[in-house]
Amino acid sequence: MDSQSIAATHGELVGGVDPHSHPAFLRHHFETVAQQREAASFGMWVFLLTEVMFFGGMFCAYLIFRNWYHPAFVAGSNTLSITLGTTNTAVLICSSLTMAMAVYSAEMRRRGQLIAFLLLTIVLGLAFLGIKAVEYKEKFDLHHVPGPNFSIQEFVHPTNPKAIPLAPDMAEKTQIYFSLYFAMTGMHALHMIIGISLLFFLVAKAYQGAYTAGHIMPIENFGLYWHFVDIVWIFLFPLLYLISRYR
Amino acid sequence: MSTIVSLPDQATAKLPHKSYLNEEYGLKSWLLTGDHKRIAILYLISITFFFVIGGVLAGLIRLELLTPPADLMSTDTYNKVFSMHGIIMIFLFLVPSVPATIGNFLIPLMVGARDLAFPKINLLSWYLYVIGGIFILSAMVLGGVDTGWTFTTPLSTHYLNTHVVTAAMGIFVAGFSSILTGLNFIVTIHRMRCPGMTWFRLPLFVWGHYATSIIMILGTPVLAITLVLVALERTINIGVFDPTKGGDPLLFQHLFWFYSHPAVYIMILPGMAVISEVISTFSRKRVFGYTAVAFSSVAIAVFGFLVWEHHMFIMGVSQYSALVFSLLTMLVAVPSAIKIFNWSMTLYQGSITFETPMLYAFGFIGLFTIGGLTGIFLATLGMDVHLTETYFIVAHFHFVMVGGMLMAYLAGVHFWWPKMTGRMYPEAISKLSAIVTFIGFIVTFFPQFLLGYLGMPRRYAAYPADFQVLNVFSTAGASILGIGYLMPMLYLPWSLIYGKIAGNNPWQATGLEWQIQSPPLTENYVEIPIMDHEAYDYEWLANKTVHEVQTVG
Repeated sequence: MDSQSIAATHGELVGGVDPHSHPAFLRHHFETVAQQREAASFGMWVFLLTEVMFFGGMFCAYLIFRNWYHPAFVAGSNTLSITLGTTNTAVLICSSLTMAMAVYSAEMRRRGQLIAFLLLTIVLGLAFLGIKAVEYKEKFDLHHVPGPNFSIQEFVHPTNPKAIPLAPDMAEKTQIYFSLYFAMTGMHALHMIIGISLLFFLVAKAYQGAYTAGHIMPIENFGLYWHFVDIVWIFLFPLLYLISRYR
Repeated sequence: MSTIVSLPDQATAKLPHKSYLNEEYGLKSWLLTGDHKRIAILYLISITFFFVIGGVLAGLIRLELLTPPADLMSTDTYNKVFSMHGIIMIFLFLVPSVPATIGNFLIPLMVGARDLAFPKINLLSWYLYVIGGIFILSAMVLGGVDTGWTFTTPLSTHYLNTHVVTAAMGIFVAGFSSILTGLNFIVTIHRMRCPGMTWFRLPLFVWGHYATSIIMILGTPVLAITLVLVALERTINIGVFDPTKGGDPLLFQHLFWFYSHPAVYIMILPGMAVISEVISTFSRKRVFGYTAVAFSSVAIAVFGFLVWEHHMFIMGVSQYSALVFSLLTMLVAVPSAIKIFNWSMTLYQGSITFETPMLYAFGFIGLFTIGGLTGIFLATLGMDVHLTETYFIVAHFHFVMVGGMLMAYLAGVHFWWPKMTGRMYPEAISKLSAIVTFIGFIVTFFPQFLLGYLGMPRRYAAYPADFQVLNVFSTAGASILGIGYLMPMLYLPWSLIYGKIAGNNPWQATGLEWQIQSPPLTENYVEIPIMDHEAYDYEWLANKTVHEVQTVG
């Protein structure tokens, strides 16, 4: 029997005799559900590796410039609000918790609970972006956004008595600090926005019951992505806000 | 001349009634396909399109350099032409060339799977490629980019008023296409191998692509963020690379070359992967030192990440780090040489036949060796100061990229053409095109070594009259080379209709992909195969065909 006739019989077998030998979500090119699951999970981890390299470029720049312009970086981080930063960190960690609970709900096949936790994650994600927007606005008001309107006044003649005044040439270097601040938190926020958009999609699919019938890979993989974005912030927060304030 | 080609009787042979090509019809069935083989064909068409554009630009460059003054085009235009030639050829042709076309087609077949692990992501990566291509083309049509393909800061961020952001975004998007291809390959090779397909039974083609994919997923994101920072610097004035704000242009060079040096291994490793298959098939021998060749691919990928600073020796980096990077660069020569020597040993006492893919493969070995050895010149600190930014470097990387990779690409396209289409290309004219390409290539680029050694700088539209003779040689060679590339573009489409029916295994090759019908079924294998022999086991193949009657149609 040649491949053509085998193909014909094979088609009949799958199409007519035994169509439900495997779950509907098993894609045709995988042999088993386990193989599909492993591939999806492995693929997500590889993707996160590329994300590490993506942020890695900026972390590398941060490391070099911090080393060169340490006083400017200290002065720059002093202008950030530790209260807002800490609140945002708490909000983001809570959103990771709700996301983890969403994955758990999908595993337990509880549709309502899954949708609730996904919605909660959306709310917390939006809260994070809202607080971030407040922080960004403050930077615009203070002329701390790199570009033609950037002002070094605050760093040469600080209004805060505890802050150490910088020489004008070092004060200029705070622009580098704020360049990195906006690039890093901006890229992080972009990842949050992409994540929240995906969450809306997941909620819609979850509402149709797509993830509560044993096929939880999309939820699990999205959870990995969300936790990754969270971890990026866990690195950004100390680097941009906390290290060597008032020293 | 002896041949191993065995075609079915042309009087009775027919193409299979059912294959991936005629499973469905219509434009929609192609544009929304999840089939890796169809996506490979989509890539093949779009890559050829961009190759033609890049090739025409190369022709314009050579035409301008025919005479010493800048007379064909203004110097500004010349800058735009060579920049666009570089950007298109590197990001839209060389990076995706073999992996996205031949690799996409073959990796699932070679590991014994029905498709890549993520078919939809595979299609997405093609769309990203096309979108990136549209961005880059629109940058060209709207007025061009004149940064060179390297986007050197602060030139690209402060001193040019051309479409840098558009082109950078095009590369950013096309970069994600490359990341997703690499991701798909890695997951497929790890998770989709058929029963019995151990790592050391994989064809060396798969090993080469595995190493390529590692570079794709680890290197490309760094380029992406670098280009984002350049674009942000142009648009919202952040200052990471801006010296007036305290930023560091050299940091841009580090980040850029951290990707772009490994990227040359993205471009060459898949070519080496093709050559391993071709050399083995046409010398009827298992590749000598299979394990060494397999690991040398991975070694090139790993060492490739540790040598980027050799692009920056004249940029004021510390001499001690330059020393280290010089030594590390020479280290890359070791795995490359392992490959060359092992291919030579494979040829030794093999039953060599000279089919077209083999001619291209011979071209590859010779030209890549010259290109690789001149790389050692450039890795040497003293020599590099003299030779860098001259035509020597242009000749060096064209020997590796065009002489190496393009030869390998054409070897691969000819080698797997019968599998992709079910029909043979015309043998005589394709042999002629391989020879024409080789001659044209040598005449084009060998004079450039001499020009560079004599001190002609790259990227200038005008040059002193002393250099004209060699430049005329180079331009004359380029027109021969152009004919060499034009020929396959004509006879390969011709062969789609008039080519001889190839049958399952015209080359008597051992790979799993040759044991199934050509062109393959959409699902590749009716039953997932079981691998019960080593790669390149010609004895197994001989015994297999003894007991089996092959039927086609």
